[in-house]
Amino acid sequence: MSTDVKTIPQGTNGHPEVRTQEQRTAANGVKLPVYMDNHATTPMDPRVLEEMLPYFMEKFGNAASRNHSFGWAGEEGVESARERVAKLIGATPKEIIFTSGATESDNLAIKGVAEMYKEKGNHVITAVTEHKAVLDTCKRLEKYGYRVTYLPVQKDGLIDLEELGRALDDKTILVTIMAANNEIGVVQPIAEIGKLCRARGVIFHTDATQAVGKIPIDVNKMSIDLMSISAHKMYGPKGVGALYVRRKNPRVQISAIIDGGGHERGMRSGTLNVPGIVGLGKACAIAWEEMAKESCTLAGLRNRLRDRIMGRLDEVYINGSMEHRLPGNLNISFAYVEGESLLMGINDIAVSSGSACTSATLEPSYVLKALGTGDDLAHSSIRFGIGRFNTEAEVDYVADRVIETVERLRELSPLYEMAKEGVDLKSVKWAAE
Amino acid sequence: MAYSDKVLDHYSNPRNVGSMDKSSNEVGTGLVGAPECGDVMKLQIKVNPQTNIIEDAKFKTFGCGSAIASSSLATEWVKGKTVDEALQIKNTEIVKELALPPVKIHCSVLAEDAIRAAIHDWKAKQGAAKPVAVETK
Repeated sequence: MSTDVKTIPQGTNGHPEVRTQEQRTAANGVKLPVYMDNHATTPMDPRVLEEMLPYFMEKFGNAASRNHSFGWAGEEGVESARERVAKLIGATPKEIIFTSGATESDNLAIKGVAEMYKEKGNHVITAVTEHKAVLDTCKRLEKYGYRVTYLPVQKDGLIDLEELGRALDDKTILVTIMAANNEIGVVQPIAEIGKLCRARGVIFHTDATQAVGKIPIDVNKMSIDLMSISAHKMYGPKGVGALYVRRKNPRVQISAIIDGGGHERGMRSGTLNVPGIVGLGKACAIAWEEMAKESCTLAGLRNRLRDRIMGRLDEVYINGSMEHRLPGNLNISFAYVEGESLLMGINDIAVSSGSACTSATLEPSYVLKALGTGDDLAHSSIRFGIGRFNTEAEVDYVADRVIETVERLRELSPLYEMAKEGVDLKSVKWAAE
Repeated sequence: MAYSDKVLDHYSNPRNVGSMDKSSNEVGTGLVGAPECGDVMKLQIKVNPQTNIIEDAKFKTFGCGSAIASSSLATEWVKGKTVDEALQIKNTEIVKELALPPVKIHCSVLAEDAIRAAIHDWKAKQGAAKPVAVETK
């Protein structure tokens, strides 16, 4: 985004809107740019930073130094964080393994189980809408000779439990299904999946990167055996996460993928990122206190955004279940408008698009495709991620900017014109390049 | 993603947006791309049958900012040219003018296709209306 541009006229109604760097405030007092991409990352909560700061300078000790007070101070910070993480998810502290983030946790869980249980079986089940950290890890396992089932999802983004039941066989060692999707925010029936896996004696891993701290997660009530957690999606620092590893009923074992000093009960060697871990702990403590209230607020803001946009624009489609969804997520497609051009028009708002043009691969979102969303609508999708620090005024500003930009781009869109003339776009024989 | 100033300018102030009567004999219409690919351009030209000069051009584009800018620029460039001159416009010139990055080159290709398709449509109409008219050289 270019901030040194003096004038970006927005020609919707012939009145150019003059913005300069100094005037980075919208008419209703909203500070620009607005950050509404909280599934990508969240800003740190100042309370988290405050708790971390002493661990950079005064308490710099290596948590593994057992014989002096510097080490003890670091260890104390880590163990207190371990308790806080465990409390938030209904686990015991010994079941928390700190990692560099959810990608590492996913790798450790999946590869760790695959290696540990290879005598028992070689089959892994996952879903097509998983994050790449899970999908690409599963693809790696296939190269090593494992068999992977990629479950499809239904139109609402949820997996079919019966289909999962049918996919399980006597060689299945692991089911890995995410708790909440990073693009469409759809929350899978984790407790039911857990129950099914438990009954069949199969280990259940869930990538709960987007869910922990946003919706209630209890590893016992949901029969979760392994769970990936990230700090920076819940107002903590980047570069730190955790893997929950069940210790009893049943005890789950995993092989390490990083060998070394035997930290974290041998499952993850490497000097602990003490300030980061302390930050993750604080982020979990805040979530424990505030999650219930915060999720109501976020759902209110999200619904306000949805209602305002859908009240003014026709042919706007919500991607994924509205009922089983993270409170702060809204993923919608604006028919006849291409996502990247929409992002360009709302360049003082930080959101994401499922458009191919915004991805390195030039392919539209595989998650939206999996829902059966046509490529045309996948190109037209925008993901709004509302978070702790967003305000009602920001939501209104974002809705208004989106509406005016979509209207402008539809005036520019030959597809919109054709649809208005009654042309069935599906029946047109397009002369593709 | 950084856009060049020229792309931003065409995106914010697109030139020659609109539609002309596609049934008119003087109008050629090119519709290229596909919604599934994320780009559709409609480019129309209005040609003076006496001089073969493109007197007006209009476009509408569904696509990213670079696609909008490429088609906007294409309408500017074809205006005032004869149809044969317009056929000489190369996508590489559009790339250069708009400083498009490699990943956006297909936008310029599509704009060149749109010009050709519009001219083709117009020529076909002339062929049907008055067989002798257009082909030169």
